[in-house]
Amino acid sequence: MTVQLDARPPATPATGNSRQSSGRLSRFDTRFSPYLYIAPFFLIFGIFGAYPLAYTFWVSLHDWDLLGADHPFVGAENYTRLLADVDFWHALVNTLGIFVISTVPQLLAALWLANLLNRGLRGRTGWRMAVLVPNVTSTAAVAIVFGVLFGREFGMINWLLDLVGLDAIEWKSNRLASWVAISAMVDWRWTGYNALILLAAMQAIPRDLYEAAAIDGASRARQFWSVTVPLLKPTIIFCAIIATIGGLQLFTEPRMFHSGTNPIRGGPLRESQTLTMYMFENAFAPHYNFGYGSAVAWLLFALIAIVAAVNVLLLRRLGGGARPNARKGTTR
Amino acid sequence: MSRLWRASPLTYLALVVAAGLSVFPIWWMFVVASRSNDAMGQLPPPVTPGGNLGANIARLFDNTDAYFLTGLINSAVVATTVTVSVVFFSSLAGFAFAKLRFRGRNALLLVIIATMMVPTQLGVIPLYLLMTKLHWNDRLPAVIVPVLVTGFGVFMMRQYAGQAISDELIEAARMDGCGTARIWWHVVLPALRPAAAVLGLLTFMTTWNDFLWPYAVLNDPANPTVQLSLRALSDGYYQDMSQVFTGTAIATLPLLLVFVLFGRQIIGGIMEGAVKA
Repeated sequence: MTVQLDARPPATPATGNSRQSSGRLSRFDTRFSPYLYIAPFFLIFGIFGAYPLAYTFWVSLHDWDLLGADHPFVGAENYTRLLADVDFWHALVNTLGIFVISTVPQLLAALWLANLLNRGLRGRTGWRMAVLVPNVTSTAAVAIVFGVLFGREFGMINWLLDLVGLDAIEWKSNRLASWVAISAMVDWRWTGYNALILLAAMQAIPRDLYEAAAIDGASRARQFWSVTVPLLKPTIIFCAIIATIGGLQLFTEPRMFHSGTNPIRGGPLRESQTLTMYMFENAFAPHYNFGYGSAVAWLLFALIAIVAAVNVLLLRRLGGGARPNARKGTTR
Repeated sequence: MSRLWRASPLTYLALVVAAGLSVFPIWWMFVVASRSNDAMGQLPPPVTPGGNLGANIARLFDNTDAYFLTGLINSAVVATTVTVSVVFFSSLAGFAFAKLRFRGRNALLLVIIATMMVPTQLGVIPLYLLMTKLHWNDRLPAVIVPVLVTGFGVFMMRQYAGQAISDELIEAARMDGCGTARIWWHVVLPALRPAAAVLGLLTFMTTWNDFLWPYAVLNDPANPTVQLSLRALSDGYYQDMSQVFTGTAIATLPLLLVFVLFGRQIIGGIMEGAVKA
């Protein structure tokens, strides 16, 4: 995401030539009131955002649970224990697995959908609303619905599979299948949203680039891959990073998908327990081990940072050049 | 913008499929909510509404485990409070960042943008400890206060204020003797209305949907948000899916209503934000 800081000069306070009587007050006003206006954010974020994040690290260095009166400092012990914890690695693999299975098709489908929406359509707003509506629904509610759709005996998905002659799938107790089901839920919610963001970026591409490409004999498909996609790269990176931050923290969908039986473990054998769920299981009910849970939180934080960085590198590499090259290639 | 590509019948066909996939789970939620539990065992599954909605609603509100009515009221209180507060503080801060000159402005704005990339959800454990100290556990301030103003809101309002309000207008108001507070109220806020509306809608929906943090901090089953009522329902009543689905349908209804009424503005907000961000 590139951020453009406004380069225009801000309104200059009218000093001197305004009324003398209110001069001192107005000078005080123009100098200090901006800080007053932005203070609430920094106050709230400081207390409820930044402090907890840093404090998580402090807690993670202690043996700290709900009942213990004191919390002895144990250094890196929570982390070393965690790195030897089979269930932690299991949750890590689940998280990454669900992330890959959901994100790649999601972004490809969003790109395709955006391309469809970027045409002279009848009922434009209606189509856009239809693809965005999953995004505004309640996550917990939808996860319950998907849990039933993916039910073993009377679920609609297995019924459809049966119609085309395939065997029923154990969506909740087969590890890979549960990943697929949860990914379907995530993609259902986010594909349309990403499509609209990509659509906005597509509409900002100058038409003459396509006309030039067409004159050069590029087919529609060729134009899409050689003009549209390279120019969308910053937006695609933006979507990928948003998907990374959200996807690696996945919680509500798998938690509610397994409603009823072993919900916080993500199924009887932790088939789809994500890292956030594992953090929750340790930090809150049933264990209330805040120190250990905090260690999970910090490793998850590190993981998000790493995956986001890898995303950026990978996507920069993919598909050849950045803007200038793409333009050179099409408007000779 | 010059001529768009034409849409072929194939385009429409693909869009119909995509729209159908988007809408179907929501539709089906209402179908099950309006039928008896027999519907869950039927193959092929029914896809048209039945006549059992009233009975399901009655059963849901009589349910003494889910506290569904309390959940609805709590969610309405929380989402409304947070929405008003986020719009108020974000428009103030956004105005300051876009239109006022002060030392450290750009650096502070970068800090705000950085906070948008930080997954603050990972701070839930100390936040929980903090709430225990404040004696806010199980109480609504715990889910309201931490989100009274968001980096996203400030940034969005700043982007909009930068282009919607001319510097000349502000200068003119200053010449007339307006202080910054009065300028904000009389000049800035009216001009920010469209963006404030979108921010309010998005904030309301996000807050209404929030699950992880309320789940962590509101442990008293008698004082849930509506999402926690749904959790109680789905964990305890998986044999009574028509009741559970009635709950999900009612919890989704306010969001759908907002979306039907203001969908155009929400879409505009998302797409404009995307180009500028």
